[in-house]
Amino acid sequence: MASVVDSDAVSLAEAPTRSLNMIEAINDALDIMLERDPDVIVMGEDVGYFGGVFRCTAGLQEKYGKTRVFDTPISECGIIGVAVGMGAYGLRPVPEIQFADYIYPGLDQLISEAARLRYRSAGEFIAPMTVRSPFGGGIFGGQTHSQSPEAIFTHVSGLKTVVPSTPHDAKGLLIAAIEDNDPVIFFEPKRIYNGPFDGYYDHPTKPWKDHPDAKVPEGYYSIPLGKARMVREGQALTVLAYGTMVHVAEAVCREKGVDAEILDLRTLVPLDIEAIEKSVEKTGRCMVVHEATRTSGFGAELAALVQERCFYHLEAPVERVTGFDTPYPHSLEWAYFPGPVRIGEALDKLLGA
Amino acid sequence: MARQSEGVGYNRPRLALHVPEPKYRPGDQVDFSHIAVPEAGAQPRPDETGPASETSPLCTDLVRVLGEDHQAHGPWDPRLAPEQLRAMLRDMALTRAFDERMYRGQRQGKTSFYMKCTGEEATSIAAAHALASDDMVFPSYRQQGILISRGYPLVEMINQIYSNRGDKLKGRQLPIMYSSRAHSFFTISGNLATQVPQAVGWAMASAIRHDSRIAATWLGEGSTAEGDFHSGMTFAAVYNAPVIFNVVNNQWAISSFSGFAGSERTSFAARAIGYGIAGLRIDGNDPLAVYAATRWAADRARSNNGPTLIEHFTYRAEGHSTSDDPSQYRSAQEREEWPLGDPINRLKQHLIALGEWSEEQHTDMDLALAEQVKAATKEAEKNGILGHGMHHPFHTMFEDVFEELPWHLEEQADQAIRERQIKWPQS
Repeated sequence: MASVVDSDAVSLAEAPTRSLNMIEAINDALDIMLERDPDVIVMGEDVGYFGGVFRCTAGLQEKYGKTRVFDTPISECGIIGVAVGMGAYGLRPVPEIQFADYIYPGLDQLISEAARLRYRSAGEFIAPMTVRSPFGGGIFGGQTHSQSPEAIFTHVSGLKTVVPSTPHDAKGLLIAAIEDNDPVIFFEPKRIYNGPFDGYYDHPTKPWKDHPDAKVPEGYYSIPLGKARMVREGQALTVLAYGTMVHVAEAVCREKGVDAEILDLRTLVPLDIEAIEKSVEKTGRCMVVHEATRTSGFGAELAALVQERCFYHLEAPVERVTGFDTPYPHSLEWAYFPGPVRIGEALDKLLGA
Repeated sequence: MARQSEGVGYNRPRLALHVPEPKYRPGDQVDFSHIAVPEAGAQPRPDETGPASETSPLCTDLVRVLGEDHQAHGPWDPRLAPEQLRAMLRDMALTRAFDERMYRGQRQGKTSFYMKCTGEEATSIAAAHALASDDMVFPSYRQQGILISRGYPLVEMINQIYSNRGDKLKGRQLPIMYSSRAHSFFTISGNLATQVPQAVGWAMASAIRHDSRIAATWLGEGSTAEGDFHSGMTFAAVYNAPVIFNVVNNQWAISSFSGFAGSERTSFAARAIGYGIAGLRIDGNDPLAVYAATRWAADRARSNNGPTLIEHFTYRAEGHSTSDDPSQYRSAQEREEWPLGDPINRLKQHLIALGEWSEEQHTDMDLALAEQVKAATKEAEKNGILGHGMHHPFHTMFEDVFEELPWHLEEQADQAIRERQIKWPQS
């Protein structure tokens, strides 16, 4: 499998690039995989003629026809269940769940079926599907269009969970996810579809256009699942983040002049434990940031792993910065969101310790 | 909360909740005369390629071929050659002999669990005979007859039931949750009705690829209440998927009678009417009716005329599983009073009436089949029985969770092997 990691990005540097936002990068990845692999099928609510409510599948039905890119009934159980059957046939379905908040009717098909097929059939049947779904808040989506349910999936044996944070990674990770022979949950942070969000909701959002990670190489490339990205190196502490929170954490650290080392995890399962250990052993401090609710969130897993594996390097307790344990409120979404104040306070606590 | 006694709405009539109740409980005298059993051969057979609405009357009728005179009647008679009838009879008798032996094996402690399909053999075996051998089946847990019909080795089935070191599924699945890609038999799930949209997805893929193979799925009447069933029906109808839905209405879902899935109001086949697909309600204890209906639905699907829902009206003659005791909730008389008889006996009597079979031949066959099952059991027992240490190696527990073993499972595998050395230092 051709792949691009940070260390061997040299060949990529020579590939012509285009500046794309995350939606365009995802569309590009789907286009390339539909072209390369006749087994790839794209389906979901409104993804066909219309091209998806976020436009991620725009133009694909026209290009590849109605039996490769099509609309589905409003039935997430049906969408995932049908994708399991298609995978058993030998296709490589890429279903879209319109919002991560809508994925729950499909959970039995994901957890008891897709995630278990390989195991229960001892490899006779697999579920090589990639479930794409926009997730996260910050768009005034209210409690049913804002959730971050990644921890539900990381808790399930047999599922891989991926969250990109840049157009460059979104394309490479989505291609890797589609090529992967295990079921992959691919959460797209919709707050950063159009631009990297710094956490200040009252500032105008900068588009991706001039961001270095919006330079997306043309053509095929993949980023292996299970490899974190070093966003910036530093000495004072390690920040573990993914999705939208990578950008928010980065902005806060920059603003406060904190010499943070920021790791964008990119894949939650399988997790790049080596990168985490290496960084925390160097800095001796660790902050975990996610937008999802706190209790039993993925941050709890990260904090436990760091504590188990890096305890004698730690100079302070691991800090968790998360959303509150409430539904995502509509009018008070910025009170819920783990923004600059919450992150700043945690930084002060961690560095003052 | 106390009933609203004053204020708005106080003079409205009192509401009452209906909770279904089966007709007979343990000790009750059973009278099934309320079940309409129409004359065999009386039901019309619409053209396979016609509009789905032509089958609407058949959704509440009962397609029957074998009459009280043991002869085949009417337009649904599949006119099978005697060799084929004998092959079906043999597969049904073998399945029953296998069930008997495995049931005893569980009682003897050789495994944890077993499920018989006694009385329902026709619903899987006659259907399997009517399908092409490479049509993909998505069974529920009581379709062992399909594997037997497709020639899957009994030894492999028993290895799976014993979860022993010969089990191709590496001892990971509850007994009877078989899987055989080579026999176009999808891995069985313990969660109900999940196979329904999966069968539809497989059928859609086959149609996308302009393949000629169709899919068929089985589920009990109880699990038609699951959302998956309705999702599957919707997708099949929307995309005209080449798939057959077999609802095996054996009257009981563990201790809940079919009323808890809605049978008090209409038939299960009638669900097809709402989705605009073809539906047939058939005598599930009549192997010729099962064969004919399956063939009709398969031909329909194969010619791009879409899905069919078949309700097999039958009776679960035994408990739900070895963990169940039906004498606690239903009358023991039900089995003997069941008005549609026993599928094996009906096919046997039909062959005898045709002059193609005899009581002696049948007795000889049963003896031979019992021997065959016994020999397979002995063979499988060489690979071990459950709980006696002859299982797959520890490391296999961690394999196939993913295609490749990630670091966290590698660490956990090391731990499992360490624990084993502590628990059994000699091994």
